[in-house]
Amino acid sequence: MAKRLDVLKTYKMYTGGKFIRSESGRYFVTENKQGKELANVCRASRKDVRDAVKTARGAWGDWAARSPFNRGQILYRIAEVLEGRKEQFRHELMQYGIQHKKAETEVEATIDRLVYYAGWSDKYGQVFSSVNPVASSHFNFSMPEPTGVVAIVAPDDSPLLGLVSVLAPVITGGNTAVVLSSETYPLPAASFAEVLHSSDVPGGVVNLLTGYRTELLEHLSRHMDVNAMYYTDGDEDAQKMIQEHASLNVKRVVFDHPKDWTSENLEHPYTILDFQEIKTTWHPVGY
Amino acid sequence: MAEETTLLPRPDFTRTVPIDKVGVEERVDRLNKRSIKTESKFWALKLALNMVDLTTLEGMDTPGKVRQMCYKAMHPHPDPDIPAVAAVCVYPNLVRVARETVGDSGVNVASVATGFPSGMYTLESRLEDTRYAVEEGADEIDMVISRWAFLKGEYNRVFDEIAAVKEACGEAHLKVILETGELETYENVRKASDIAMYAGADFIKTSTGKVKPAATQPVTLVMLEAIRDFYYATGKKIGMKPAGGIRDSKTALRYLILVNETLGGDWLNPHLFRFGASSLANDLLMQIIKQQTGNYQSADYFTID
Repeated sequence: MAKRLDVLKTYKMYTGGKFIRSESGRYFVTENKQGKELANVCRASRKDVRDAVKTARGAWGDWAARSPFNRGQILYRIAEVLEGRKEQFRHELMQYGIQHKKAETEVEATIDRLVYYAGWSDKYGQVFSSVNPVASSHFNFSMPEPTGVVAIVAPDDSPLLGLVSVLAPVITGGNTAVVLSSETYPLPAASFAEVLHSSDVPGGVVNLLTGYRTELLEHLSRHMDVNAMYYTDGDEDAQKMIQEHASLNVKRVVFDHPKDWTSENLEHPYTILDFQEIKTTWHPVGY
Repeated sequence: MAEETTLLPRPDFTRTVPIDKVGVEERVDRLNKRSIKTESKFWALKLALNMVDLTTLEGMDTPGKVRQMCYKAMHPHPDPDIPAVAAVCVYPNLVRVARETVGDSGVNVASVATGFPSGMYTLESRLEDTRYAVEEGADEIDMVISRWAFLKGEYNRVFDEIAAVKEACGEAHLKVILETGELETYENVRKASDIAMYAGADFIKTSTGKVKPAATQPVTLVMLEAIRDFYYATGKKIGMKPAGGIRDSKTALRYLILVNETLGGDWLNPHLFRFGASSLANDLLMQIIKQQTGNYQSADYFTID
């Protein structure tokens, strides 16, 4: 019998609830540490960034207006679906040379992190809101509201856990995201899109692009319709560039570069707060 | 009337000009693959902005809203190199407000009339509607045809109504809205275009914007070809105005390509081509600023009206 040819999956990008190739038609090859070619991955272009931001903007109103409880349910649903596909993700991490045990820990930590933020979804509002004493007859209160469209440059070194650790707080807070996933290990992110797709996340809330950071970072950070930038690589030149470009429309900029993404110290609601705007209301009171 | 002798020979409207549906749609598809870049794109975007009839046709239009739209029409952007739009388009009872606001800025005032959008009124009241809009100061009248009469086959009635409205317009330019979304076939669109042009239209316009589908590219191509054939037959240049559903710059540029490929560069000016749109202007502005600065723009930084 003839030797069977493997049927290899085409790893596509995910925007607006659809799996797409780059409009440019370009791709790059992802390899493991030994230099073995694993798959072709879409190489996003400037226009893909533009389209993704437009999609994220379109999805934002509905997502921000949903009840926090509903957003929490959806986050929990992502965790549920991911739990059912643990093996696949473990395998994909191992393809890149990560040890069995470590890969398993990473997938499980990912699921737990989703559940963690799902829990915060209808609670951070109370924790970060306040009633403020003022010296006039006003009832004065402050509450967090989502910033808008957030561009996320996901950690290069932690393709699944890192991605979810930065994505979950952003969408929990009612923002929509354009994510540039790991350049070195793009496959788990591409598969994670399939999980998102089958877990009630409305199209356009999470848009996952794959491509080269050097090429796309500039366009993400210059875009006037991106309200915040979350950068996790720790490259100082890139950070400087992002800060310069962010000044165009005064984007929120958050830099984060932890050594170990599995650390439970990373689980706190302040990352949600990083992508919130505080709205203060002065309500007249009279007797 | 005395100038009867100058009337154009009227073709037999009961005869149908066959339209190759597949051919029209394929040609549109092919032309949509044209790519316009850098300087040409910048030029085309500014031209398209200069061709916009900034429109508000809602029951909730107030004088304040119309005034605001007129300011936007005259000064779409603080940059003086960015042109004004061609006209503002309002209901007859707001024409005076618009007229007083735009003054002699060069922006025209267009008014829909003749029982817009349905046209289901007596001819007398529709003519009165037209005269009122002109007296209030409209430079351009956008009339609707009687689709019911057209679909019933009463082509002469449609023709006579358009001619009567043209007379009521006096000096004002007449745009004839065919409401192609209700005409069902390309042959009907072609026939209605011919009737309108022979009856005295200065412009033919696709839609009211109240019926879906509004302007589509294939319908526009059919109408452009009617304009071309009319030009060959009579030497008169008739304008074209697609309206409704044109929201982004990319689509607008595709329309310009259709015009250029069908009628040539003569038609690439606001005297012979217009876009009826409300949200298109802002998208064109965003793209123009994108070309100038290199940064993709956000709607947050452009005026809504």
